[in-house]
Amino acid sequence: MQSFGHSVQRNSRVALAFLERNFNLTKRYWAWELVWITYNIVNGISVTYIAAGANAVIPGFHISQSQLNTAILVLVIGTAVWSYISTCFDDVAMLFTIEKWEGTLEYTFMAPIKRITMMFGASVYAVIHGFVLTAIQLVVMAMFFHIDLSQANFWTAIIILLLGTASFVGFGFITSVLPMLFTEYGDKMGFIVRSVILLVSGVYYPVTVLPKWMQTLSAISPATYVLDGLRRSLINGQPIWQMWSSVIILIISGAVSIPAGLWVFRKGEEYAKRTGKLKRNG
Amino acid sequence: MQQLLPDAKDPETLAVNRRIAEAQALTNGSQDALIISHVSKHFTKGSNGPLYYLKKMLRPSQKTPPHSHQRVIRALDDVSLNVKRNTIIGVLGSNGSGKSTLIRAISTLLIPDKGSVKVFDHDVITERDTVQRLINRVSVEASFFRRLSPIENLMYSARLYNVPGSEARKQIHALLDRLGIRKERRNHPIEDMSRGMQQKVAIARAFLTSPILLLLDEPTTGLDPRSKAEVQQFILELRANHDATILLTTHDMDEAEALCDSIAIIDNGRIAALNTAAELRKQIGEEMGLSGPATLHDVFMWYTGRAWKDDDDEDDNE
Ligand SMILES: Nc1ncnc2c1ncn2[C@@H]1O[C@H](COP(=O)(O)OP(=O)(O)OP(=O)(O)O)[C@@H](O)[C@H]1O
Ligand SMILES: [Mg+2]
Repeated sequence: MQSFGHSVQRNSRVALAFLERNFNLTKRYWAWELVWITYNIVNGISVTYIAAGANAVIPGFHISQSQLNTAILVLVIGTAVWSYISTCFDDVAMLFTIEKWEGTLEYTFMAPIKRITMMFGASVYAVIHGFVLTAIQLVVMAMFFHIDLSQANFWTAIIILLLGTASFVGFGFITSVLPMLFTEYGDKMGFIVRSVILLVSGVYYPVTVLPKWMQTLSAISPATYVLDGLRRSLINGQPIWQMWSSVIILIISGAVSIPAGLWVFRKGEEYAKRTGKLKRNG
Repeated sequence: MQQLLPDAKDPETLAVNRRIAEAQALTNGSQDALIISHVSKHFTKGSNGPLYYLKKMLRPSQKTPPHSHQRVIRALDDVSLNVKRNTIIGVLGSNGSGKSTLIRAISTLLIPDKGSVKVFDHDVITERDTVQRLINRVSVEASFFRRLSPIENLMYSARLYNVPGSEARKQIHALLDRLGIRKERRNHPIEDMSRGMQQKVAIARAFLTSPILLLLDEPTTGLDPRSKAEVQQFILELRANHDATILLTTHDMDEAEALCDSIAIIDNGRIAALNTAAELRKQIGEEMGLSGPATLHDVFMWYTGRAWKDDDDEDDNE
């Protein structure tokens, strides 16, 4: 019944609601934001020094400076992309945890918005937040390391990152239901999901070093393809058509995880409404 | 169509009237603002640790199952209630009698075990979005983002309800003026405000979206006498000018009597009485053998007084 124009307007207003709300929350809880940025940057720098120090760790081991620079670049990209993924994922996954703390959950659920609109609204903020944070991290890391991006194909990198985002949003949305179902431990479960993605997706090392059974998990983690695609585009300057298999997998993964996220979310919402768990104190 | 705001020339009033008209269009002219039929809702309280399930799994055939810490609470027990459009109904009852649960079931926040709730002929479960557009609620707890200012909190609500930003901003200021929240308080974190002031902002939030069914769960609890009178006046105006139907819970008998066209008394999750205040007072006056009508206070006591031995769960509710 609703025209397309109305629906676009409706979606952008809800996106704006989340955007403005989260921006205001960030402003008032700026110390948390500072902690998160600092944590990510310090973590990125520390991990990247592992590559920088490779020659000094093992006596007699020597690789050339240009090889070292490649290793450094691999870690710079890995840590920066991980900051993006975890920020994006957390923003969506924590959507209702925050509201549960504040006690606003019932009011958000009473508003006449479709869940897909809610998901869209939350992800617009998540993407912007993720991009800004990663950009800051890269600028700071460039002061510490020699980062050579002269070969980079930025368009490919951005397309891959955005394609991957669809999957992270879907996964995040699934995770966001947990605090509604498990009043006490729900938000902690989000950490577990995230740390497993970190383990299997080749953020700091190639997934080939993992035990075979773990590589199955790598194969189904969209982050694996995003990291691989970004490294190939930024380090080797590969264009998008040379990684079409990753692109297809990311499209499929996004196309599956967004509806899956919505489905799980609806089920979780229904369960919470049957058992009275939307209320602040369970 | 009902009479709208008297002075319908300034843009804010026009915008509000437009939204009320939009909501009215969704009611298809139904004169039943609310039809609750045979709604029951139970909650399970407490949880069993993993040990309980382990014992149960290991010895499934045992006659006496391991001791369970779960208790079942019947919060609503076969509740039926009709509310006519453009009236105010008061729901009275002791603590824990199920008033807030009833309001949650109407506001799409709880799915009943049995029965159905219809708001202007729209089912709260199957036509959730439409119902949500028509209603709003004020709860006892103010429920805001603590560190955000009243304006920021209200803007968030307005956007969720698809109210354009500039229109919302003007209306928010008008509402807060009306509720006596001073300009200089509006841009500071809401947690710095007193409880009563927060409650007023919560009232503004509900009015902001131009609901035509308004669910007020103890809206005046914690307000000083003057603010209380102002809010009561506001509620009457909404009914007069906004075609609003209002369901209100309160522990203040004078308030119930002053505002409500009819009163439902709920006891232990059941509707114990439903009538106008005058009629209830008359009936109970007769029952008590008084020469004239009883007070509403007497009526309340009459219907909610239960034997001490039944008094098992007056615990942790708001
Ligand atoms: N979400 C919930 N989970 C578990 N039990 C609940 C929940 N909500 C309400 N209850 C229980 O249901 C019963 C009715 O509670 P309700 O909040 O509806 O009472 P009330 O009439 O609003 O009381 P008050 O006057 O104190 O506000 C209480 O025993 C309460 O503990
Ligand atoms: Mg209550």
